[in-house]
Amino acid sequence: MSRAEAADAGATAAPAPAPAPAAARRWGLSLLLSEVTTTFRRWRTLALLGVLAAVPILIGIAVKIETGGDGGDGGHGGGGPAFISQVTNNGLFLVFTSLAATLPFFLPMAIGVIAGDSVAGEAGSGTLRYLLVAPAGRTRLLLAKYATTMAFCFAATLVVAVSALAVGALLFPLGEVTLISGTTIGFGEGLLRALAIAAVVALSLVGVAALGLFVSTLTTSGVAAMATTVGLLITVQILDQFPQLSAIQPYLFPHYWLSFADLLRDPVYWDQVLRNLGLQALYAAVFGSAAWARFTTKDITV
Amino acid sequence: MARIQPTPDTDGAAGPDGDGGGTGRRRKAVRYAVPVAVAGVAAATIGITSAFAGTGDPDLPKISAQDLIAKMAQSDTQRISGTVKISTDLGLPSLPSGASFGADGQGGKGGGKGGAAPSPESKLTELLSGTHTLRVAADGPDKQRLSLVERAAEYSVIRNGDQLWAYDSASNTVHHSKAPQAPAEGKGKGKDKGGKGGQDAPKGLEAASPQELAKKVLAASDESTSITVGGTAKVAGRDAYQLVIKPKQGESTVGSVRIAVDAKSGVPLKFTLAAKSGGKAVVDAGFTKVDFGKPAADTFAFTPPKGAKVTEADGKDAGKGAGAGRDHKNALPEALGLPGVGGDASGAKVTGEGWASIAQFSAGKDAGAAVAGKGKSGAKGGEKNAADAGALLDSLGGKVSGGFGSGRVFSTKIVNALVTDDGKVFVGAVSKDALVKAANAAK
Repeated sequence: MSRAEAADAGATAAPAPAPAPAAARRWGLSLLLSEVTTTFRRWRTLALLGVLAAVPILIGIAVKIETGGDGGDGGHGGGGPAFISQVTNNGLFLVFTSLAATLPFFLPMAIGVIAGDSVAGEAGSGTLRYLLVAPAGRTRLLLAKYATTMAFCFAATLVVAVSALAVGALLFPLGEVTLISGTTIGFGEGLLRALAIAAVVALSLVGVAALGLFVSTLTTSGVAAMATTVGLLITVQILDQFPQLSAIQPYLFPHYWLSFADLLRDPVYWDQVLRNLGLQALYAAVFGSAAWARFTTKDITV
Repeated sequence: MARIQPTPDTDGAAGPDGDGGGTGRRRKAVRYAVPVAVAGVAAATIGITSAFAGTGDPDLPKISAQDLIAKMAQSDTQRISGTVKISTDLGLPSLPSGASFGADGQGGKGGGKGGAAPSPESKLTELLSGTHTLRVAADGPDKQRLSLVERAAEYSVIRNGDQLWAYDSASNTVHHSKAPQAPAEGKGKGKDKGGKGGQDAPKGLEAASPQELAKKVLAASDESTSITVGGTAKVAGRDAYQLVIKPKQGESTVGSVRIAVDAKSGVPLKFTLAAKSGGKAVVDAGFTKVDFGKPAADTFAFTPPKGAKVTEADGKDAGKGAGAGRDHKNALPEALGLPGVGGDASGAKVTGEGWASIAQFSAGKDAGAAVAGKGKSGAKGGEKNAADAGALLDSLGGKVSGGFGSGRVFSTKIVNALVTDDGKVFVGAVSKDALVKAANAAK
């Protein structure tokens, strides 16, 4: 419902009837803005972000309760999510733990919901037609949709990171950060590394976002698109576990996801991080162009 | 409801005429070609780079094997840093997790005090299977650093002067000891090709670097060995000669050892050990990145991080370490059969020469009984454990009999071990027949 309103608002904001390139570009920008605002105003989006914000709180409280009695000698021996043994020493590590815990499933699932719904949801509720009447063109509309999904990727990652930092600061001491190579750096540099890690995590989701967008252009049912995207995600994650498939695993999009931890080495070990970003760019290019090919050539009947 | 078709002018379509099924279909085909082309180009790029990675052999002046070895020996490179990739495929049967190493796994954990601090010894055994990435840095004989890059964790061993630190980030524990004064000497003794277990494990980890592996093999070579220069290769972006070492003895299981030696500095960059039976290399350790510049000084600085649990390796700890080592010793020779890892080295008798040497030692009645499948396995006993061990042994070893009686042969790609029912162990990098022959001769 709000879709149609937004489309109307967009149309009135740029009433220029002549499809002059400048006007079209302006329209594209306002289209992007209206896309972003409508997406982030939805209850569904806010609920997803709320769930993501709750994960660090749960992890933080669990760690606090478990180590509450004795002076925090988190002798886990590497069980649980990565970095969890460090959380009691430094609240900043809750950021890394939370990202490591949410990256395999929660984050991509949220992205899958937003991306899968982006085009198919409009088609399903019959609002896609209104968007296409405007002179911005389908390519621009698709770009706006993809940019919105990307904005959600960054927002979701930031929500996890900020919530984790807040919980970590409340429950645990902050201070100098011990890198996993055993080197100690100041808290400021640690924060910078945390920011870089959040950026890498957000960029790790570019591939899923493109995949979801492509799936979304295939169907007119938003639910089907979301389910397919999340289903594909789970399937690929499972395939990534079998040692027999090691030949193809380097080309599966979640394969290098946990490589963000390499930013905590000293010196930083870039190999896997760069491979991850390259792989995500490849997925974005392939599925983005596939979505474009599909979306710009299909007849929209509803 | 009316169909809304793509508007050609705003979508930058191929043709201005939006009507007619033919052009529409063609345009569709052209657009779908874009993702296919992107995927195709990516696949081709990956294929071409991996195909050419192995071939572009550099053109280097010819060199004799002796000159090459001399070059290696003269090499006084003290400063090196880089990334090493080690792939090991010993041809072990994959053990069911949980049941792995039967009773000994549990015994080992008990020895390690709750297993809170993965000891350097267990890290060393980790290197014996799969693919691992190591980061190494060295500046002179008394500053070294070695980090085992793990998934979201790292295990670092840092040596600075006489201080030896081991830090495990997964459990946030530190292991501290005084390093021995003579670090790299005396390691080439014997035919110990598997690295040492026991207390000197950090040294053992160190021994995984290409230099140490190459040195060991050269120390072990004699007239039973053919050493040739087998062309050139590019390793970690540097031109290198390939030194090929092949055993002449027929009963050896070693196919060839290849060492890629940096053409400029004489530093070994890659070490490949292939089995005679073929297949994937048994050990493939090489630099993927290497730099001969001076590593930053703070690379070798280590202070235990706040909150980390520090274990000091004083005399008591060393004893404990040895105890834990003994627990592993029961498991290792049976599973790996590496000479020098298990048993008391003093009690071992070596027969045969060069590559065909066979170590013979007595594992005691317990081991023999356990191998025969009827044992209560020593103090750790427990019928379930014994049954587990029996099942495990059945999956690992085949039964053989001969003039010596009967026993089991445990084989890997390189090392075979014969454990007789009366508790004698014959281990060597030789074929099964040679082991049986040695056992018969010992009878």
